[in-house]
Amino acid sequence: MDFSPVLNSKKITLGIILSVFSLFVTLKANAVQEKNESSTSVESKETEKFDPNEAILEHIADSHYFHIGGKVAIGLPVILYTDGGLEVFSASEFEHGEKAHQGKYHNYALVKDKIKVVGADGKTIDETAKIFDLSITRNVFSMWMSVVLLILIFVSVAGSYKKRVGKAPKGLQSLLEPLILFIRDEVALPNIGYKYAKFMPLLLTMFFFILINNLIGMVPFFPGGSNLTGNIAVTMVLAVITLIVVNVNGNKYYWKHIFAPDVPFWLYPIMWIVELAGIISKPFALMVRLFANIMAGHVIVLALISLIFIFQTLWVSPVSIAFALFIDVLELLVAFLQAFIFTMLTALFIGSAVEEHHH
Amino acid sequence: MDLVMPDWGLVVWTTVTFLFLLILLRAFAWKPIMAAIGERERSIEDALLKAEAAKEEMSRLTNENESLIKQARAERDLILSEARKAKDQIVSDAKELAHKEGARMIELARVEINNQKAIALADVKNQVATLSLEIAEKILRKQFEDQQQQNELVSQLLKEVKL
Repeated sequence: MDFSPVLNSKKITLGIILSVFSLFVTLKANAVQEKNESSTSVESKETEKFDPNEAILEHIADSHYFHIGGKVAIGLPVILYTDGGLEVFSASEFEHGEKAHQGKYHNYALVKDKIKVVGADGKTIDETAKIFDLSITRNVFSMWMSVVLLILIFVSVAGSYKKRVGKAPKGLQSLLEPLILFIRDEVALPNIGYKYAKFMPLLLTMFFFILINNLIGMVPFFPGGSNLTGNIAVTMVLAVITLIVVNVNGNKYYWKHIFAPDVPFWLYPIMWIVELAGIISKPFALMVRLFANIMAGHVIVLALISLIFIFQTLWVSPVSIAFALFIDVLELLVAFLQAFIFTMLTALFIGSAVEEHHH
Repeated sequence: MDLVMPDWGLVVWTTVTFLFLLILLRAFAWKPIMAAIGERERSIEDALLKAEAAKEEMSRLTNENESLIKQARAERDLILSEARKAKDQIVSDAKELAHKEGARMIELARVEINNQKAIALADVKNQVATLSLEIAEKILRKQFEDQQQQNELVSQLLKEVKL
């Protein structure tokens, strides 16, 4: 697999740079578009008022549709694991929640972007039916896109390492090598110590996975704009992986520190509770930190754009765009920072679990 | 509240996707990349160490060369001074020898001259004696050409003899 000619070509590089920077430009375009959209809906439903709360939550939440612009949206595949069996159909069957879909085992409808089993009339929600929604939602789609990107990028970089043995890095390789070295020399080595090599794949994958998804989340148009790293399910999985890796690799000193610390023995039960809370709270903080930071960034940008619709005037847009631009630049920093902090703390926790010392 | 309730479908997909990504990248990206970076760093360190060693070797060689040059210079000076001494010695020896030889030859010459002079003088004396005798003979012959004179002389001589 050698993609370096494609990825190293100047056109592609330029394209990536342009697409990152056009993010700011397209924010404006999106705003205008949404304005048009809302004005048409205002015409159709005279009394409907713009609800920023609903609009923002809708944007940062997961969805069964991928909006491309205006009214155009792709219905993503719905996969349901029901008591009857697997159901697979396109979300476009729901027609944005207007219609119920008659599946093999049940009737389904989209209620507040969640798939529910409904009765034959398509209205009454059947809460007793157990379904597990394994749909390829916007976040899953976006995640797979990021995975494809990561594999393309890093397999091609690995290829250029093989091709240019002992030579100075070049192109994409020289862009990413400082980041890889940064993870190794500033994150893994100082925190984990000489056993760092075993954890490098995990740390690098975590860092680049979070980073690329943070960045994709900042692109306000198709195929970006998903709020993957600002979704608690994703950060939870990452945090649980950290939890498992830390505790699986914990050595006897780590466990001794938890179960037999240097305190009078009658304090052990309290210590166990405290230490157990520590084990859980560390990854929990990781989960919340990444989720809250990325989600907050999206919320602020969306709120600033919503100002235009709240005031119902285009004259607010310069202010909105100026502030949104400022927040976007800040978010660019946050995208790197949060990826770094997540990786750094994971390394720190692993380091505390594999450290060899006596208390 | 929906926002902080994880969607379990997404949890499943994220877990599967992340583990898949981790395994794939570990096999096809991180291992070769880390190995290549490590390899390159080792080779760079190696090259630096070698350069350092070469520099040391170089300075050692320079020092050695300098000491060699110093030694050679000292040796040269020594040889030169010895040669000068030897030259002086030879010259003075030669002078002395020449002096002695000259003196000896002068002596020999003087002796020879004296000898020759003696021979020449002896010769001259012989010649003078011969000449004197011849002259005396001629004179006597002339004087004693007549009898009377002879008698006179005999008588005179006789007179002188006192008995």
